[in-house]
Amino acid sequence: MTTTTSATRIRAHTRWELRLLLRNGEQLLLMFVVPVLLLIALGFSGLSTKGINSAVPTVLAVSIMATCFTSLAIGTGFERRAGALRYLGTTPLTKFDLISGKFLATATLTAMSAAVIVALGLAMSWDPELSGILPAVLVALLASAAWVAWAMVLAGVFRAEAVLAIANGLFLLFIMFGGVAVATSQMPGPVGAAIDLLPSAALANGLRESLETGGFPVLAVIVLTFWTVLGVVLARRSFRWEP
Amino acid sequence: MVEISDLIVKYGEFRAVDGLNFQAESGQITAILGPNGAGKSSTIEVACNLRSADSGQVRLFGQPPHSQDIRARMGVMLQSGGLYPTARPLEWLEYLAKLYPQSDKPAELLTAVGIDPGTRTQTRRLSGGEQQRVKLAAALLGNPELLFLDEPTAGLDALARRNLLDLLKSRRDAGAAIVLTTHMLPDVEDLADSITVMSQGKVAMSGTLAELTGTRSALSFGAPTGLNCSTLGSSLPMGYSVRETTPGKYVVAGTPTPDIMSSITTWGAAQGVMVTDLGIGDRTLEQLLIDMSSAEVQ
Repeated sequence: MTTTTSATRIRAHTRWELRLLLRNGEQLLLMFVVPVLLLIALGFSGLSTKGINSAVPTVLAVSIMATCFTSLAIGTGFERRAGALRYLGTTPLTKFDLISGKFLATATLTAMSAAVIVALGLAMSWDPELSGILPAVLVALLASAAWVAWAMVLAGVFRAEAVLAIANGLFLLFIMFGGVAVATSQMPGPVGAAIDLLPSAALANGLRESLETGGFPVLAVIVLTFWTVLGVVLARRSFRWEP
Repeated sequence: MVEISDLIVKYGEFRAVDGLNFQAESGQITAILGPNGAGKSSTIEVACNLRSADSGQVRLFGQPPHSQDIRARMGVMLQSGGLYPTARPLEWLEYLAKLYPQSDKPAELLTAVGIDPGTRTQTRRLSGGEQQRVKLAAALLGNPELLFLDEPTAGLDALARRNLLDLLKSRRDAGAAIVLTTHMLPDVEDLADSITVMSQGKVAMSGTLAELTGTRSALSFGAPTGLNCSTLGSSLPMGYSVRETTPGKYVVAGTPTPDIMSSITTWGAAQGVMVTDLGIGDRTLEQLLIDMSSAEVQ
């Protein structure tokens, strides 16, 4: 054997990413503390059962975006600036291995974060539709893949400082105006229909629809698949090892 | 082992590497020297798969640098970057070891380069010299048959530098091909089996230390550039040869004797050529590079 298998390298890189991510206080804040505080704040705002049923999917969407997009893009941007990725480009690790490892690590962290949010939600009388759990998992996985791909696009193209600003700015914009904090069903018709096509709205709507009604969110799955494919194609073309 | 032919690397319209031809062999340390901006790092970056060539060909073990097989057989030490700032040395090497089919033991390698494997210090908090040593350990980790080292001794204290040179010699003796760039000329004089001097993206000269400096079995002199070296060579006894190593600087390969020195000055007088600085074995690599830079400025 002249080289290691891709599976071995992806496993090694996934563990490496997890180790570093779990050590980074700022990223943990973004991944765990912010969503939990958000849910607690919503809980103390006197939500009815119906309200908490909508709040938990919303907070899950925020958590996925924070972990798979904002946190990952910023971390990767600074890894590039430090020249760490440049060095990895000389090792047997391929871009596919690197991006796959990052996806698996962030997906693991997202699952951990989701477990905390779900447990807290249940303690706050959240009552999800059980038939919607599998569709919700599908939406979460697709959304994670889409956001990871777009994080790689951002981190692979811009300088670290620009990535920091853009990722945080987009995160806030998507939450406020991208169908997360305010559902697109509450927006004027054409505006809501347009925002439905954003990955943020597809994620939030998909989670709400499946967990609140038990339905299969067809539009959300189609939209997220589109953003995933586009993001992966662009990430493969644009991602650079070089600072 | 390393074969580069007609390599061109451009930044916009500027040619950092301009038609470079270069070879490095197994079991040898090949040093690439040259002033800042000569194209050394760009050449290494193309060979290490970090940058694409605009034209030309790079072959490592007969394969292109992006080959997966090559990357498993190659070790690289970059001039800048190359460490995860928040990682500790041992965990960084343990991670890298999993990427290679065969690797040394990370803790032993760290000890060999003078880093305590048990240190909890993150690499960003290590001194510059300590970071260099961790980077060297990472480069050596996969038992590479080919090593690219960009300024490996920069920032090292005398003892660490000595240890590093010994490590490189032992890898060379084990059969590895080592290509290094450096401004530390004493290291080159100590280590290099072969030297390539780059200038303005091209090979300005190449050869062994003795060939380039005219030491050991040669003498050197200055004269107007463009002398007919073969005519001078034919006026000398069999076994002597003459070449212009840098513009206006000549090396006569062969045992220096009073008769040979006399023959050179006589030939110069007959040709109306002023021969200057005729001497034996007293030119260092540093003098050679200074001469070359001065000639370029003129």
